[in-house]
Amino acid sequence: MRILVCVKQVLNLDDEFELRADGLDVDRDYCDRDLNEWDDYALEEALRIRERGGGDIEVVAATVGAEDATAELRKCLAKGADRGVRVWDERLQDCDGMMIAHVLAALVRREQPALVLTGVQGADHGQAQTGVALAALLAWPRAAVVRALEFSADAGEALVRRELEGGLEECVRIRCPAVLTIQVGINTPRYASLRGITQAAGRSVDTPALAELAIDGAAIAAARAARVRRMYVPPRPRPRMIEGRAGEQAAALAALIRDIRGGPR
Amino acid sequence: MSAVLVIAEHRGGVVRPVTREIVAAALAVREGLGARVEVAIIGARPDVLVPALSLEGVDELLLVPAPIEEFQPECYAAIGAALIAARRPRLVLIPHSVDGISYAPAIGATGSHGYASDVFALRCDGEDLVATRSAYREKVRVELDFPGRETVVLTVRPGSFPPASRPGGVPATTLEVPVGPMNSEHRGYIEPDAGGDVDVGAAEFLLAVGRGIGDRATAEEAAMLAGRMGATLACSRPVVDAGWLPKSRQIGQSGRTATNCRLYLALGISGAVQHLAGMKHVETIIAVNRDPDAAIFGVARVGVVADAAELVAELRALFP
Ligand SMILES: Cc1cc2nc3c(=O)[nH]c(=O)nc-3n(C[C@H](O)[C@H](O)[C@H](O)COP(=O)(O)OP(=O)(O)OC[C@H]3O[C@@H](n4cnc5c(N)ncnc54)[C@H](O)[C@@H]3O)c2cc1C
Ligand SMILES: Nc1ncnc2c1ncn2[C@@H]1O[C@H](COP(=O)(O)O)[C@@H](O)[C@H]1O
Repeated sequence: MRILVCVKQVLNLDDEFELRADGLDVDRDYCDRDLNEWDDYALEEALRIRERGGGDIEVVAATVGAEDATAELRKCLAKGADRGVRVWDERLQDCDGMMIAHVLAALVRREQPALVLTGVQGADHGQAQTGVALAALLAWPRAAVVRALEFSADAGEALVRRELEGGLEECVRIRCPAVLTIQVGINTPRYASLRGITQAAGRSVDTPALAELAIDGAAIAAARAARVRRMYVPPRPRPRMIEGRAGEQAAALAALIRDIRGGPR
Repeated sequence: MSAVLVIAEHRGGVVRPVTREIVAAALAVREGLGARVEVAIIGARPDVLVPALSLEGVDELLLVPAPIEEFQPECYAAIGAALIAARRPRLVLIPHSVDGISYAPAIGATGSHGYASDVFALRCDGEDLVATRSAYREKVRVELDFPGRETVVLTVRPGSFPPASRPGGVPATTLEVPVGPMNSEHRGYIEPDAGGDVDVGAAEFLLAVGRGIGDRATAEEAAMLAGRMGATLACSRPVVDAGWLPKSRQIGQSGRTATNCRLYLALGISGAVQHLAGMKHVETIIAVNRDPDAAIFGVARVGVVADAAELVAELRALFP
């Protein structure tokens, strides 16, 4: 049995980030890259299912991304994923969530997992769309914002708790195979061991071409659901800033708080 | 005439307030699109919700009976798709809520519609619809359009439109829509733990720590500082997820709202939309962050660019 975890490399802006010359995205040179926070929890959940289940469960981490996204797959391998798969093609440049969902759907058809886990959202764009779009393309059951999960391979179902607004939770029974989007806080992700990191460095990552996944490049391009007109830094109302060294800032802040709250200065 | 279709959100027999906000969003763009506004109510007894959604400016309520007790994502996606096929709306608006993100992308993907999520502004530019959202921790904005798409599906950020509130007489039409297989089943709700050690919603002065507080030890120092200042300690979500503070202290979409708060001191909080949902209304927000571009400064009255741990240490000396 197999669990597929979809992971995304996200960009974090530097303090002095700049937009790309075409004004449609940020310049990648001013960014750190990282494994999407939500995906770390999704991977951990898959690893725990494997450990609880004993025996025959394979955890596969998959990403749609250019060469440098391999680093995120290695993090997953270092933590214990059995395999990493990365899909890329020039035609996926600047792809949106719908295009990614099409690629992932083809990958799921090849891998035939019993469960697909994604993050609720990417920390980069907060789209929160790829997992549910993937489920729809596969016509699979789905549940979003899962904060507790009990998977029963034998029964072919899972009991999940979805986290709703205001701390309310919903209990849902769902047939599997299914796509679940995993919320942070569902578990505490492990750190990779030094040994895991060393071993992962030497392992190869599978990189099937679009054609091998029976994906039509033109169809993928047509799946783009929105076009970026422009990206810009919004004019922000700046608050009054308290300047100075930490000691001076603290003194000014303390005085301000006492002013607002009343009482002795 | 083309249409803007709003899909209402309700839970436990009550319309969720965000529904009236997206009705307002629909009313705001109707003229530019030359469109009618239709509001769909999906559920076991859609008729019960008619009074709550008979709002001035809405042209028609579409009542769609469905064999579900509460929200079900496949059912909503199937009915949404069927309504698009029947009414061919130019625009479909769905809340960017936990339920909204559970089915809106499915409608977008299977129908090959234009799609964007967490949109907070909308306008027409000639024939084009332009949607605005933000990215990279709210540091930049993105304008999107949808060339060649007859229908565009958008999820709309809660809190971005003042809710439509004036009642009006709106005709209702019942539509029978076949729903396909449903592979998940609602099994009840679990209410949030009412207990907890404090009620952060009731506090007037909150000192809230975020991930930027760094570690558990510094969070504990901040707790001590809060006590000396007369503030109640609160936090953002990662602090709870890390196990530094209990869930009862969390402010935001999936936590508590700082209902009574008048002074909110935020230490090392970036200002994600889900956190702001619980506190951006507070009269005086003071934000401390190492990053001068952090989004939290956009809602703050006073800002301090500083290391949170260092500032906590300095403040502790001033509140003996
Ligand atoms: C469905 C859903 C529901 C959610 N509900 C909630 C919710 O209820 N409440 C909530 O808070 N979040 C919620 N979130 C999570 C939210 O999206 C953000 O991830 C979260 O609010 C970020 O918390 P943060 O600002 O503490 O951390 P980060 O975004 O990581 O920000 C840390 C900040 O600290 C600053 N910093 C770092 N080091 C220092 C230092 N030494 N000194 C000073 N500043 C420093 C950084 O510049 C940064 O701005 C939810 C997300 C989803 C998808
Ligand atoms: N390029 C990608 N490759 C693999 N999985 C992805 C990719 N983009 C998004 N996902 C998955 O979809 C989730 C939601 O991302 P998003 O829809 O971009 O907010 C992420 O947490 C990932 O699990």
